Amino acid sequence: MLEAIDLGYRFGSSGPWLFQGMNIRIGPGEVVGLFGPSGLGKTTFGHLLGGYLAPAQGRVLLGGAALPVRGYCPVQCVHQHPELSVNPRWRLGRTLREAYDPPEALLDSLGIAAAWLSRYPHELSGGELQRIAVARALGPGTRYLVADEMTAMLDAITQAHIWRAVMDHCRENGVGALVISHDEALLARLCSRVIACGGVTGGMSAAVDLAGMESGEGFAGDRAQAAGSAA
Amino acid sequence: MTQCATLVTTPFRGFGRLLGLDCRRTRLLWAVGICLGVFAGIFALAAGLGTAGLDPHLAVRNQAPSLAHPFGTDPLGRDMLTRTVRGLLLSLKVGLLASLVSSVLALVLGVASATFGRAVDAVVNWLVDIFMTIPHLVLLILISFAAGGGSRGVIVAVAFSHWPALTRIIRSEVLQLRGALYVRTARRLGRSHWEIARTHLLPHLLPQFLIGLILLFPHAILHEAALSFLGIGLSPHTPAVGILLSESMRHLSTGYWWLGILPGAALMLMVKCFDILGTNIDRLSDPRTAQE
Repeated sequence: MLEAIDLGYRFGSSGPWLFQGMNIRIGPGEVVGLFGPSGLGKTTFGHLLGGYLAPAQGRVLLGGAALPVRGYCPVQCVHQHPELSVNPRWRLGRTLREAYDPPEALLDSLGIAAAWLSRYPHELSGGELQRIAVARALGPGTRYLVADEMTAMLDAITQAHIWRAVMDHCRENGVGALVISHDEALLARLCSRVIACGGVTGGMSAAVDLAGMESGEGFAGDRAQAAGSAA
Repeated sequence: MTQCATLVTTPFRGFGRLLGLDCRRTRLLWAVGICLGVFAGIFALAAGLGTAGLDPHLAVRNQAPSLAHPFGTDPLGRDMLTRTVRGLLLSLKVGLLASLVSSVLALVLGVASATFGRAVDAVVNWLVDIFMTIPHLVLLILISFAAGGGSRGVIVAVAFSHWPALTRIIRSEVLQLRGALYVRTARRLGRSHWEIARTHLLPHLLPQFLIGLILLFPHAILHEAALSFLGIGLSPHTPAVGILLSESMRHLSTGYWWLGILPGAALMLMVKCFDILGTNIDRLSDPRTAQE
């Protein structure tokens, strides 16, 4: 169980609160969506869950204990901009194997070609880099995945391809996921539960569960249903 | 190098092609090699010529350049080629020492400034600001006097006044790297601070550092020559390029052009070689241009 308890964050010690009192619980193998317009602090929330930032308020608990400060973090993030999350001076094979040696099956399912691994990041497209960032984050030690607008820059087919591979991996290994996105159709498709954050006035603290967006069917769900919830 | 895309409009054919000049990376490597060759040539020439040419031979004074004296002779009959080469050698040594000291200082101060918190950062930035606001030549003269003058004064002054710019570069590089998403991700992937410093930070900093070091060379050499030219530090009989140039000023109006122009041109050539060397190594080490 990955829990955020009364989480709050602000930049500096006197800045305005980005959000306060955020609570979330994600069970093993559960896929939860986080939906909201831009600028609400969704990415920062993801960084808190992944241990990239220390919360100004509240706690992040994994199985009742705090996230480890050193060593492999069981909560891994995949970021919105893959070109920023890989070292521009490393060939991608090295980036891919930074934490573990990903099995061939995972690389195949993500569509990672062997030829990419000898190249530098600027020689690959964003979609190709993102697949490598995803494979890197899905190590055997990963219990939860925070996917922050992971496929926002990709075309629909690539998006479907990557999500199918990720969802298969999560299902087979009991990995839970928080999918941060402002694409309602995508969240309806992937998530068993979607948390929607309010508009400009409500802020993230006004988070409520949107029953209407529950899909439960996972990725294999009906297209018409997803389209219906999006509309 | 093995897989080199040949440009359709390459101007290199025949022999140039044979040397690989149609490939950009090979051209860069050639330029680096030629520059290193020039430096080796200075050492070889200095060893080959010996110091015999430094002695006065009044019978052959004020000779224009000839086969026996390619750079001519000065009013005391000393061989100008020998004196110029000795001067360049001295400049190389001073330049090497100065840029090593300055770049190591810059590395230590820059990394400390970006790593050890706000107080250290403020102190280092304050030092950098102070050093950068004083005109460089004034600073050189001040340090040179404070260090007791003489050749030691010149070396100390040149060595301890070239670090501020590189310190700023290294500081901003480290700050940028520490905040980079891939460095923070490496931490979450279980890499230790030491591993991250070795595998992520060092490969970024090392080329910056080396190129900074090489590009400090021409500054150091020119400042050493400038100080000698002004008559600060080195004694008048030392064959330093700055001293040769200041001596030649007295003979400009008498038509002994070789006294000033040839040593000056030799100094310019050496400085330009360092410039080319630094720029080309920069291009070779940057992954964005390395595979071109």
